[in-house]
Amino acid sequence: MIILANILIVTTILIGVIFLLVAAIGLIRLPDVYTRTHAASKSATLSVMFILLGVFFHFWLIEGHVNTLVLLGIAFLFITGPVGGHVIGRSAYLTGVKLWEDSVKDELAPVIAERKKRHEQK
Amino acid sequence: MMIFFWIVLFLISLSMLGFIYRLIMGPSIPDRVVALDSLGVALICMIGMISILSESSFFLEIILLIAILAFIGTVAFSKFLEKGEIIQRDNNLS
Repeated sequence: MIILANILIVTTILIGVIFLLVAAIGLIRLPDVYTRTHAASKSATLSVMFILLGVFFHFWLIEGHVNTLVLLGIAFLFITGPVGGHVIGRSAYLTGVKLWEDSVKDELAPVIAERKKRHEQK
Repeated sequence: MMIFFWIVLFLISLSMLGFIYRLIMGPSIPDRVVALDSLGVALICMIGMISILSESSFFLEIILLIAILAFIGTVAFSKFLEKGEIIQRDNNLS
């Protein structure tokens, strides 16, 4: 039984740490802010959720007490990680950070231009 | 089992080095903010590992604290970049 618990803990923590390394590699190698936000918010959020799930399983199955704070932390990170990525990407676009040169489509640019024109008419 | 947790701790610190590289070399300010946000996430993972290694569950309250502080810091910094001020003044109050 303890071997099964160890296998479960090792699997969840290993998945989490692999996703964290993928987030680090993406943050180093991707070309502009938006792709880096994409890598950081999704992959880092998933990795920290898996690692905290492994910590929760360890304290539940090995040490023998259920810690509800870790579950609350998992839920909080699941909500706030993508929201943080969205907010910082939006502020990066509105402060005029350039996209990558090879990017094909920029669907937000006409919306921003129209809003600016309407703002000047007032 | 303990050796596995030490190896995981080492890999987490390795990915933290990647985030610190982006924090230093980032060409724009939102790059650095993204790197700081993921640095907080990696710090949460590290605290989970340390609480397993030291066999005490008292560190687990720090996890929620760091998550809340990292989120508030990211939102405040992006609002500062976007609008120029963090807490806006109310014009109706005289």
